[in-house]
Amino acid sequence: MISFSPTEEQQMIVNMVKQVATDEFRKVYREADESGEIPAHVVDTAWELGFISTGIPEEHNGLGGERSAITGSLIAEELAWGDLSMAMHTLCPALVAYPILEMGTPEQQSKYLPAFCGDKYKPATAALIEPRFNSDPCALSASARLDGNDYIVSGEKCYVPLAADADLLLVYAAENGSTQGFILEKGASGLEVGEREKNMGLKALPTYEVTLKDCRVPKTNRLGGKDGCDFNRIMNCSRVALSAMAVGVARAAFEYSRDYAKERAAFGEPIASRQAIAFMLAEMAIEVDATRLMTWEAAWKLDRQENATKEASLVKMYADDMVVMVTDGGVQILGGHGYIREHPVELWLRNGRGFATFDGMAII
Amino acid sequence: MIDFELSPEEEASVKMAHKTAEELLRPIGRYYDEHEHESPQELIDTMWERRAEGNRDPLGVVGALRIEEMCWGDAGLVLCLAGPGLGGAAVFTSGTQEQMGRFLKRFGEDKPVWAAMAMTESGCGSDTSAITTTAVRDGDEWVLNGEKIFVTAGKRAVEESDGFVVVWATVDKSAGRAGMKAFVVEAGTPGMSVEKLEKKLGIRASDTATIVFEDCRIPYENILGSPEVRKLDKTKTAGFQKAMATFDATRPIVAAQAIGVARAALDFVKEALEKEGIEIRYGLPRQKLTAIERDVMDMEATYKAAKMLTMRAVWMMSQGQANSLQASMCKAKTGLAVTKITQKAVELMGPLGYSGKYIVEKCMRDAKINDIFEGTGQINMLVVARRVLEFSRDQLK
Repeated sequence: MISFSPTEEQQMIVNMVKQVATDEFRKVYREADESGEIPAHVVDTAWELGFISTGIPEEHNGLGGERSAITGSLIAEELAWGDLSMAMHTLCPALVAYPILEMGTPEQQSKYLPAFCGDKYKPATAALIEPRFNSDPCALSASARLDGNDYIVSGEKCYVPLAADADLLLVYAAENGSTQGFILEKGASGLEVGEREKNMGLKALPTYEVTLKDCRVPKTNRLGGKDGCDFNRIMNCSRVALSAMAVGVARAAFEYSRDYAKERAAFGEPIASRQAIAFMLAEMAIEVDATRLMTWEAAWKLDRQENATKEASLVKMYADDMVVMVTDGGVQILGGHGYIREHPVELWLRNGRGFATFDGMAII
Repeated sequence: MIDFELSPEEEASVKMAHKTAEELLRPIGRYYDEHEHESPQELIDTMWERRAEGNRDPLGVVGALRIEEMCWGDAGLVLCLAGPGLGGAAVFTSGTQEQMGRFLKRFGEDKPVWAAMAMTESGCGSDTSAITTTAVRDGDEWVLNGEKIFVTAGKRAVEESDGFVVVWATVDKSAGRAGMKAFVVEAGTPGMSVEKLEKKLGIRASDTATIVFEDCRIPYENILGSPEVRKLDKTKTAGFQKAMATFDATRPIVAAQAIGVARAALDFVKEALEKEGIEIRYGLPRQKLTAIERDVMDMEATYKAAKMLTMRAVWMMSQGQANSLQASMCKAKTGLAVTKITQKAVELMGPLGYSGKYIVEKCMRDAKINDIFEGTGQINMLVVARRVLEFSRDQLK
């Protein structure tokens, strides 16, 4: 039966996440964007909510709960509403945990999953995007070829969050024309983490260029073993996660500029009393809602284990455009003040613009 | 639980609507577009007989999905089909039990019957509070005087069936919105006449009438809602609120119609591309997409955005939740979305798009009305803006 109402349990989770986003993320996000550092306690507090361990079975020390893309979307939106860098940091270990949980061999699962269920944040990340114009997740330049009992992985990656600290790195590379994942441990020979990148936005999230120079990876560390992985599904889970985050960022910008427009007076009345501003806000509200609903639908397909490529890529494309329109509207409504870093809207515009780039940087 | 699954029965019901649209509406759509004001009598009779088939939840999500399918067949023809329409919706949302029984019973009977809503006047469209048609009490009767235009199905309600028209009139001009009331005028009431039928850009199978009221006397108990004019409290505009309550119900339905028209154009484009061997490669990074892939994906995503907003508004209504904001959101989005989708379809299809031989140019003409009737896109944006800002009409004009 068609319904647009989250369950009571989901609503409880949303409230909990919203509280962390408000009490932790929103308290320090501006400072973190300036300094490039997220205070450790912020990530720890978010980690304590157990987003990742909840979905891991008890036999691997997890809570054995149900993993749902719809619940994941609700969480991702709230976290990103708080701050995108912090949301991505918090959920970054899932980039390794979820593909192993869904597609890993039993050995990979028992070897790697328990580490994601501890009290302490487990830094882990994935490397997908490549530093060239025509970067395409389904036609990667990075390559993997079998050599005896090892794969030899080489290539260049960028936008790898937390690469310098990560204990585990899931590298995607082309193997005979299809994209496969390879699990690398910290310090693997041939794995070189470059300088921290300086990006337009996401400034509080450390991202790195990573070079793989004939990096030998044991055959057993190919994600999914002999069967490999369902990369299409990984991409779709990423598209839905990013769409949900785009909704969160856009909602933040909408709410802030709405409140500003009600306060700021010009020509003797609040600027929101003029249709030129009011209609911008109406459009922003409509598009935020529309994108959220489309995200839910794509997530619902993922939860049913159906092929969601069409829905996920349509909503991702829509969300990429929506978040730029809305965050830009936020800056525009604040006018000159929107351009000044005292207000957060310029930060949201910088972060929002990145969604078209962030392929594979979050997963649900 | 957030869920988008239809039960097998619901799915069958939507499929049945699609089949009807494909078999009965599509084949004759062009004829009635070219023969404006001619009545598709056979279709009207057949659909009247079959009106209960598979229609378990007319005002719910499944009902909306069925409307989408039917309008995929032909929106003009759907609008000319007999039924309670907007007039019935007004009775349903603001009538008493007695009135509902008296006025809505006829829709369960054998002969096709229409009910229309008359609000717009030559001097006022979106500003519905500026209407000049008057209703004056005279003993046990109301006496109506004025002229209404753009009454959808007006002629069929008044002259071609034992239907009725819900007429909005003022009982006290000085009271503004608070003086606005709705009255049910039965077909055949002396003093009510159809003056002319409009010639339109699209939805030509649907009659759009001008109705004149000259000392038209109706029973006192035909007023919908309270006859009292509450002048003291400026924020309480009870009469107008009734009209707005009707819009909460009808706007999502109109949006569902619009979506059907857009999908007809979209389906045509996708089939034409497929015939040419052009595949839409979902999941490709944007720099690798061709312009046409990008356009089609944009159209599809926009269609989906409008549809999700519409389904939500309908779902909320079926759950008894207040949905004014969401109803206006879906209507504002959809009116513009279908306008753009169908215009893009004409562009993409080139000679096939512009030609009267194919459906796309007709879709574009039919789609446009959805950005205008039941509140223009701009009026709906205004409603959305006021709601999200929590501004009164004085704070945001």
